[in-house]
Amino acid sequence: MFERKSGIILIAGIGFFALAFLSNAVVPVLMYQHMPEKTVKELINGNLRYQFEDLAQRFPEAFENAYGQPPADPEQAGSWYNDKCETALRLGHQIYVGEGCWHCHSQFVRPVSNEDRRWGPVSKSWEYQNELQRPVMFGTRRVGPDLSREGGRRSSDWQAVHLFHPEALSVGSPMPKYPWLFDGAPDKPTARGLALLTYIQWLGSWHETYPYYEDYIPVPIKTAAKSE
Amino acid sequence: MSAGTNIVASDRNFPKHQDLVEEQLVLWYFVAALLFMTVSMLAGTLMGLQLIRHNPLPSIEILSPGRWRMIHTNAIAYGFLANAFLGIMHWVIPRLTLRPCLDRRLSYLIFAAWQFVVLATAVGIIFGQAQGLEWGETPVWIDPVAQLGLLLVAINFGAPILQTRGPMYVTLWYYLAALVWTFLTYAMGNFVPEYFVCGSSAGAVGGLFIHDLVGLFVTPLGWGMMYYFVPILLKRPMWSHGLSLVGFWGLAFFYPLQGIHHFLYTPIPMFLQYGAVLSTIALELVVVTVIINFVGTLYGTGGLVVTNLPLRYFYTGILFYFLTCLQCALQVTMTFQALIHFTDWVVGHAHMVMFGVFSMWQLGVMTYLVPRILKTEWYSAKWCEWHYWASAGGLLVMSGDLILGGLFQGWSWAALQPWDASIRLSIPFWSVRLVAGVVIFAAQILFMLNFYLTWRKAPRTNPVTIPDSSGLTTA
Repeated sequence: MFERKSGIILIAGIGFFALAFLSNAVVPVLMYQHMPEKTVKELINGNLRYQFEDLAQRFPEAFENAYGQPPADPEQAGSWYNDKCETALRLGHQIYVGEGCWHCHSQFVRPVSNEDRRWGPVSKSWEYQNELQRPVMFGTRRVGPDLSREGGRRSSDWQAVHLFHPEALSVGSPMPKYPWLFDGAPDKPTARGLALLTYIQWLGSWHETYPYYEDYIPVPIKTAAKSE
Repeated sequence: MSAGTNIVASDRNFPKHQDLVEEQLVLWYFVAALLFMTVSMLAGTLMGLQLIRHNPLPSIEILSPGRWRMIHTNAIAYGFLANAFLGIMHWVIPRLTLRPCLDRRLSYLIFAAWQFVVLATAVGIIFGQAQGLEWGETPVWIDPVAQLGLLLVAINFGAPILQTRGPMYVTLWYYLAALVWTFLTYAMGNFVPEYFVCGSSAGAVGGLFIHDLVGLFVTPLGWGMMYYFVPILLKRPMWSHGLSLVGFWGLAFFYPLQGIHHFLYTPIPMFLQYGAVLSTIALELVVVTVIINFVGTLYGTGGLVVTNLPLRYFYTGILFYFLTCLQCALQVTMTFQALIHFTDWVVGHAHMVMFGVFSMWQLGVMTYLVPRILKTEWYSAKWCEWHYWASAGGLLVMSGDLILGGLFQGWSWAALQPWDASIRLSIPFWSVRLVAGVVIFAAQILFMLNFYLTWRKAPRTNPVTIPDSSGLTTA
């Protein structure tokens, strides 16, 4: 058995592989069945909507170029912002993965090494049960800080300048510049730039106490129409 | 490397070497492997320069260091390691089974298809289409092509192995299992976390994938190669057949069970994390048996490691393998993980495995096979020596430096220092790493130049016998 082709193909090749897959992959999948995967649409929350509408006001031209004008009717405007926010979140996630952001920034606060004091609450399973964690963005190396509680910590202006020229804000940062997300200046993000900003502001927005480490008074959730 | 004795009984009608091995294809695979290694090392150098804030080409979208970091890892795994393994398998499998691969045209088709897969992966990554899984960055539209390619590889190499009668040699156990494992691993990693599961479950599958890719694709192909070449170079059988069995079955059982150890302290259930930790430590015991077997095989002829360059490559790799696995058994514990996870320690460990072990072995095999295929000595034996010392020395400095740097990063984070303190303290380590990397890179360039000049001076005709044979069926 141990030196025969059948033993090697069936027991070692397929059998042991299947055993590992059952015990290490199927078991957690079954354990998380009670937490259904959220779609991107279901991920849009008040905090994120606030940030997204904030982008529309900070970068009005860029926003209009990317998404057009919201409808005049308040009800329609509400769902219009939700739709555009969903588009932005998807594209932002794609850019975050495609640029390899996740190779230097984790999205996973560990229960050790004082990480909860630096970034906020330790990561829980339910935070990852969504479409944008397919594959999961736990991360692999932290050259820069963890980003899973980054949303709302800094303004979108700060994030835009930081993406355009990191060293302008973080002295000595080894982070590369991302000028191709902008039309030549940090106040002119392209559609891709706005999408990435939306994605960054989404990170951690699902927490009730949001954001972390800044004195912050929660903003009532408003649609653009109601605020006018 | 000295003239071997012909142990083949002359009255048996064995197939001739030139009917079995497609030597030209072996060389082509080596050339492709070395070209992708150049790409990978260029990418690594770019990322290394970025980290110390001296990127000479900033602000260019298609030269984004984040994208080229993925080129670095993918070009090494799929461009260098896979190509070199395929080339070496085209030499080893027909000679062990005394049967050629299934179809000569299929062999060349696979060669072309694999280069397409690797190049398309690189192009996809450069244009920002990567997937979010390490080594699974291959853009989604290439995954089915790569999967088909792996199926063809399994058929082409599986056919001669399955046709053999009687007991199989150790190398073929590893190769046969690896053909099955690589296909399954690629399918699991590239489709399941992308399309079927999310979150912590995707993390568990992703951990399995990155670990199985090392453990079930690279490792068995690497050890299969060692079980073939080491006894040939030493002209003696493996020390213990029993230990060979323990090594293979231990690896087959314990290796796939440890994927989750890449994600300790995550929300993945704790009992699964502990299971992965235990099987990792168990594997270390298996690894010791394999090391004992290879040291036992060498016992009494240790001096050959000094004089025989390919053998020196092999045993250097074996030494690094022992070190990485020992390191693995320690760093996988929760205590170590608290400190070193997410630091450069892990990067140092990965370089020691991928370059110090498997690339060193493959470079050793290339050093051994190229003169045999080209039927001429190396253009410069001295350059071969330089290649060895700069590769081994550079790697030792690089991984030692990163492992040490990782400790300081971990302590800086745990002490709640401002984030930029961990960057500042890393700069000296990153600088040393860059220098070590450039030394390794220069060594490979020298090797490629040596390869080219050797090829140029090779005789154009194909003599029937190999002048400096290794003592196998070349009659």
